[in-house]
Amino acid sequence: MSVTLNLGPTHPATHGVFQNIIEIDGETILSADSTIGYIHRAFEKLAEHRPYYQITPITDRLNYCSSPINNLGWHMTVEKLLGVTVPKRVDYMRVIIMELARISDHLICNSILGVDTGAFSGFLYLFQHREKIYEIYEEVCGARLTTNIGRIGGFERDFNDTFYIKINEFLDEFSEALTEFESLLTRNRIFMDRTIGAGGISAERALNYGFTGPNLRAAGVDYDVRVMNPYSSYEDFEFEIPVGTNGDCYDRYMVRNVEMWQSISIIKQALAKMPEGPYHADVPEFYLPPKQDVYQYMEALIYHFKIVMGEIPVPVGEVYHSVEGGNGEVGFYLVSDGGRSPFRLHFRRPSFINYQAYPELIVGGLLSDAILTLSSLNIIAGELDA
Amino acid sequence: MIEQFQATFSDHIIAVEASDMPTFVIRKESVLPVLTQLFKEFKVQFLTDLCGIHYPDATPPMLGVVYHLHALTTNTRIRIKAFTPVSEPHFPSVVSLFSAANWMERETYDFFGIIFDGHPNLKRILNEDGMTYFPMRKEYPLEEGTRTDKDDAQFGREKIT
Repeated sequence: MSVTLNLGPTHPATHGVFQNIIEIDGETILSADSTIGYIHRAFEKLAEHRPYYQITPITDRLNYCSSPINNLGWHMTVEKLLGVTVPKRVDYMRVIIMELARISDHLICNSILGVDTGAFSGFLYLFQHREKIYEIYEEVCGARLTTNIGRIGGFERDFNDTFYIKINEFLDEFSEALTEFESLLTRNRIFMDRTIGAGGISAERALNYGFTGPNLRAAGVDYDVRVMNPYSSYEDFEFEIPVGTNGDCYDRYMVRNVEMWQSISIIKQALAKMPEGPYHADVPEFYLPPKQDVYQYMEALIYHFKIVMGEIPVPVGEVYHSVEGGNGEVGFYLVSDGGRSPFRLHFRRPSFINYQAYPELIVGGLLSDAILTLSSLNIIAGELDA
Repeated sequence: MIEQFQATFSDHIIAVEASDMPTFVIRKESVLPVLTQLFKEFKVQFLTDLCGIHYPDATPPMLGVVYHLHALTTNTRIRIKAFTPVSEPHFPSVVSLFSAANWMERETYDFFGIIFDGHPNLKRILNEDGMTYFPMRKEYPLEEGTRTDKDDAQFGREKIT
């Protein structure tokens, strides 16, 4: 006899507002039906009514575990539309920030996966380092969670000395913590028994479902936007793309762990090779002038006014730009009719696309595995519902 | 590969647009045959994105669907667009080719009211089921029409729609 179970939308085990109507026979799942949209905030409609630079705070709230990637991806999209080339230093600064964001994203996913299997201490070992990452963001942009980092054309200020002190400290301490975390979980018999074989997907199905990011790589496909379509000078860095074989929770966990090590290595390379030069492109029509110039010079005042009032003409056209986010390919499809705000802006949100495979992943498995699968897919409610 | 594509589908292609990636406008009826042939012969097997777009000022007013496809083996991206009049908002569903299209088409239906014929479960996804309009169409305002404190005319601008 089967029982219908309403899991969510506010169940503590789901880490977010996800509702699933699950039919179970004993502990085995017979069917599942997902309902989403609980925190839909109409971002695409909002974006059609805002000037370009005011859309950055919207992108924060998509994947809020790695908001800088969304911010910088959006800036790059607009730069692509405008035909702006940014200095090499900006590229490297962006790479550092985006890799920090990737670490903070993967760190949450993996440590929460540990919590869901009953290993709470690993979470405590790693989670304090997210705080360190937030402090680094704070040095760069002043904000922590919804960062609104950078601007169209570059950054609002250069990295300061405290930034370098904090990031070097972070790299040392986090490497130790990650080693410790791995020694707690990776070969832990209970953790392996719980995760190996749970929520697996084949490479073909994953591709057909439009999976990207760690979830696709865990299934054995080495697709990474950073390598396939390099942006922001990613071609300058040496790093490996880890792939799994079964696409199950354990493989996803392993892929994310290795990616954190790779991110640390990319940050170190970028810090070592950081070129000198300006921290923003020379685009006065889009990059706000320094405040003291606004008070002293006519041109700066005019540009400031025009940018803030959104009176700068933009080219007509359409662009698609994608970056490798924490969960996969974060894409921005931007159609401009020359107006002050986009004619149409569509976000390709990996969580939205990944989550539709969830019923297929959990049917036939145990109910407790469904919770693990949800955590290890790293579905972020903000990105899911936009 | 793009030249080959253009030669193979010359009957279906209405226009080729200059853009950041090869962009083709095809007839609505051609969407399923073209995407099927792309999938089977050209190995374009990854649907990156599917979204709707509304052109209320075209004559007649048009609804469009934009497909971003990616051939992972050759790393080629293609954008395919097709349009239909607002009065006849029907499109063929591509769920039979790409499972990923399932929710993307539901989202496009939810926001633009484009009906995907052959979709297994076409219902609203992000908005509530009882909603009677399609909010991403241009005629629906962002905020309710009774507000006067945000009148653009007061800021020296035309009304932004």
